[in-house]
Amino acid sequence: METRELTCIQCPLGCQLAVTVDGDAVTVTGNTCQRGAVYGEKEVTAPTRTVTGTIPVDGGEIARVSVKTAPDIPKDKIFDVMAEIRSAHLTAPVEAGRIIIHDVAGTGADVIATKTVKRS
Amino acid sequence: MFDYDVCVIGAGAVGAAVARELSRYRLGICVVEKEEDVCSGTSKANSGIAHAGYDPEPGTMKARMNIRGAELIRELSRDLDFPYRQNGALVLCFDEADMPGLEKLYRRGLENGVADLKIISGDEVRKMEPAVSEEAVAALWAPTSGIVCPFGMTAAFAENAAENGTEFRFLTEVNGIGKTEGGYVLHTSGGDIRTRFVVNAAGVRSAEIHNAVSETKLAIIPRRGEYVLMDREVGDLVSSTIFQLPGKTGKGVLVAPTVHGNLLVGPNAADMEDGEDTETTSGGMDEVKERAGKSVPNVPYNRMITAFAGARAHEKGGDFILGEVPDAVGFFDAAGIESPGLTAAPAIGEYLAGLVAKMAGAERKEDFVSTRKGIPQVAKLSPEERSALIAERPEYGRIVCRCESISEGEIIDAIERTPGARSMDGIKRRVRQGMGRCQAGFCTPAAMDILAERLGIPVEKVTKNGPGSELLKW
Amino acid sequence: MEYHDIVVIGGGPAGLAAAVSAYDAGCRDVLVIERDERLGGILNQCIHNGFGLHTFKEELTGPEYAERYIRKAEERSIEYRLRTIVADVSPEREILYVNRDEGAVRMKAGAIVLAMGCRERPRGALGIPGYRPAGIYTAGTAQRLMNIEGYMVGREVVILGSGDIGLIMARRMTLEGAKVKVVAELMPYSGGLKRNIVQCLDDYGIPLRLSHTVTKIHGKRRVEGVTISEVGPDRRPVPGTEEFYSCDTLLLSCGLIPENELSKQVGIILSRVTGGPEVDDSLETSAEGVFACGNVLHVHDLVDFVSEEAERAGRNAAAFAAEGGKTRGGVLQVTPENGVTYTVPQKIRTDAAEKVTLRFRVNGVYRDRCVAVRSSGAEIKRVKRRIMAPGEMEELILTGEDLARCAGGITVGLED
Repeated sequence: METRELTCIQCPLGCQLAVTVDGDAVTVTGNTCQRGAVYGEKEVTAPTRTVTGTIPVDGGEIARVSVKTAPDIPKDKIFDVMAEIRSAHLTAPVEAGRIIIHDVAGTGADVIATKTVKRS
Repeated sequence: MFDYDVCVIGAGAVGAAVARELSRYRLGICVVEKEEDVCSGTSKANSGIAHAGYDPEPGTMKARMNIRGAELIRELSRDLDFPYRQNGALVLCFDEADMPGLEKLYRRGLENGVADLKIISGDEVRKMEPAVSEEAVAALWAPTSGIVCPFGMTAAFAENAAENGTEFRFLTEVNGIGKTEGGYVLHTSGGDIRTRFVVNAAGVRSAEIHNAVSETKLAIIPRRGEYVLMDREVGDLVSSTIFQLPGKTGKGVLVAPTVHGNLLVGPNAADMEDGEDTETTSGGMDEVKERAGKSVPNVPYNRMITAFAGARAHEKGGDFILGEVPDAVGFFDAAGIESPGLTAAPAIGEYLAGLVAKMAGAERKEDFVSTRKGIPQVAKLSPEERSALIAERPEYGRIVCRCESISEGEIIDAIERTPGARSMDGIKRRVRQGMGRCQAGFCTPAAMDILAERLGIPVEKVTKNGPGSELLKW
Repeated sequence: MEYHDIVVIGGGPAGLAAAVSAYDAGCRDVLVIERDERLGGILNQCIHNGFGLHTFKEELTGPEYAERYIRKAEERSIEYRLRTIVADVSPEREILYVNRDEGAVRMKAGAIVLAMGCRERPRGALGIPGYRPAGIYTAGTAQRLMNIEGYMVGREVVILGSGDIGLIMARRMTLEGAKVKVVAELMPYSGGLKRNIVQCLDDYGIPLRLSHTVTKIHGKRRVEGVTISEVGPDRRPVPGTEEFYSCDTLLLSCGLIPENELSKQVGIILSRVTGGPEVDDSLETSAEGVFACGNVLHVHDLVDFVSEEAERAGRNAAAFAAEGGKTRGGVLQVTPENGVTYTVPQKIRTDAAEKVTLRFRVNGVYRDRCVAVRSSGAEIKRVKRRIMAPGEMEELILTGEDLARCAGGITVGLED
């Protein structure tokens, strides 16, 4: 049995949650609302994050394009995802929404462009 | 066998003024400077006042150079196109018992030859300057006092000297000096330089340079002075320079507009070990604010945009040390230059250049260029003039620094002048990019790119003020 | 002289939303003036996610949020001029702008929308003692250098101030390989959103030290370290609590200041609290036909609220441009009290037809308090809040019915 202390981020209230994992059973205490319970359970069992970064673009009107993971990726893969983003390189044009990296770091998520970079 | 006829050590206001005056003569001149730019020591952080001249003891070098310097600044600001304004100064007296001190200052001024001095009542003071404290009982009014841009003036001297053939060697630190037949050898970080004459304008290090060649030792006590600078929006709180009747540690704290329209408060005075320890302290800033409050109680410190500290080279004898060193032929000092050093700089230049030229037997050049045009201040032009300039050079139409309305063209000019800016501070001091209320928050990226491009260096080599101050970390 | 019904100064989220809504309200002659090389403003460098939950009901990054509004503007063929700076505005709504291609040009506007955004409080304004080396950046400048130019500003970082941009940059720099050693916050509470504390600091084990500040900057050429001290209830450093942190970079995230230099040229009355213009419920400033929205009006936490506010400004500017200046009716002054530091708008027109959204901030962390709106002592509205904090902007809606019951001024304050 393991208990983790978390701050709920679902609203400005910022409840201090205690999430206890006992085998398959997860109990959340300290929450004020149901959203807190859902958040607490997910944070402990399968936390995910959106990772954002930039990738250099050759021949573009601007030097870099911003990117994000879609959908979120597991929290423990953040640095693996960053490593792939940081080694990428593009040539203009880049359309917002274009998939830049498929299945980044084996997460099943893609890295997509969040900005349009026209040719210079 | 000599590389130059004259080497000037130090490219501050004094060194640049000496070089500019020397460049009137047929001489090979070099200015060596340990920093990467002109105006990087004492000259960069001071009150920016062209003092009227009532302060120094009559008969001293300080008095003589102050009076002559104030005259010259007025002329040179036109010839060399640097910012100067005669705004007058008030020396406040807060106690009837101190009136003899004020009268003494008045008489001293008369003796020094300062024009139009007057003692006025506290009420008259407040009529002129409504922000001045009720506590002021009287003041000395010195209408000939002015304000000047120390960077603008130093850059103007240096550019004019360069145009007239003076060479500038930056990042060149003098580590030792040897006597040679008929001259000196400067052992510098950039190799040895052989020269017939030396002018020591090394600021807080002027004693060290002097002591390398003379048995008559000088002792400089560097004194730190801290300032706080307020937004241009509150620059009109006072129109003249407000001094306090001098006490033991200097002229007291002043409250003054700067020539660029900011409001300046400072300095305090603290002796320090190392002339380069120009850090600000919370105690120092508090002291400055408290002492300034005596003159002007309602300085809006919530409009502060920066604080800075400078070092003054106080020599224990108290006067400027100017002229040939008695036991070092051809070696000239401009040492112990503290207040009113900025005012005195052009006079010191004229004086020392005269001595050196005479000794060298140098003739005046016929083709000496006596004027210089400053970098255009685009935002101050009328829309029509501005459009005409932009049509000629579109770079003047791209505003990079929005707080001070400085265009890309002005930044390029700063870099392309000789000697030109080699760093972010160099640009800032020449054209005020980044000197406004956001303190370069918005314009740093653009200015870095312009600097890298014009110098032909990668952006990671761009520095704030020379090697070791790179802006980026890779 | 060139004339436009509406000139919007600033092509960031506020300016774009104002232009789009002015167009949709029937104004076909809208010009947006943008100083940067592209539309979108500060959102272009805010590459992180968390934008748009209110406006688009989905989570977007800053550039994506910006592109949605840029597209809206382009779909309507709204005219814009890039790399153009407004140098002067007169009370008669005459504008002097400058760019490379045209020089310095005057134009006249039927109505003006101010949407110039805000700037960061720099080191100098904070009065942090010490040297002035390279390596001191405001968080937003560092963000621009990293996210737009791709430059790394530091390797070992201390951040002063827990504003959202500082928190976002703590994560951003960590992801790019820097070591963020600590975030120091002068106040006993964070200035940023809870979500950012958790996802930008806690996720990466970056300590947040509340009631701490930087009391000295070390290093003559480049930052070599900072001294951090605890502060007492008076927010002055407590002697003896100094701790040295070795670092090469200090980032500052210590507050944003609305950029109202142009507003001052027009002679617009500014609020001492927000630093932005005082406005009525139509977001019109004290200068007739000049409206304000977004961070130039007051600093927002969420761009969604900027868009909503800017749409109102745009609509009202369009109405003004179409109808000209109407004779003004009376106004109710809105006075903040008891823990409420300011409200926007500061005035409500007595003939305001629609409901009025009041936005405000509080001066501390409050739990289980009521926000009470009173007029001549009578309670007009009372809303209970679980929690309120200075870092989170609050809002309150007054209906036409509520307003009809107001006589004289109204007050907004916290009550038990």
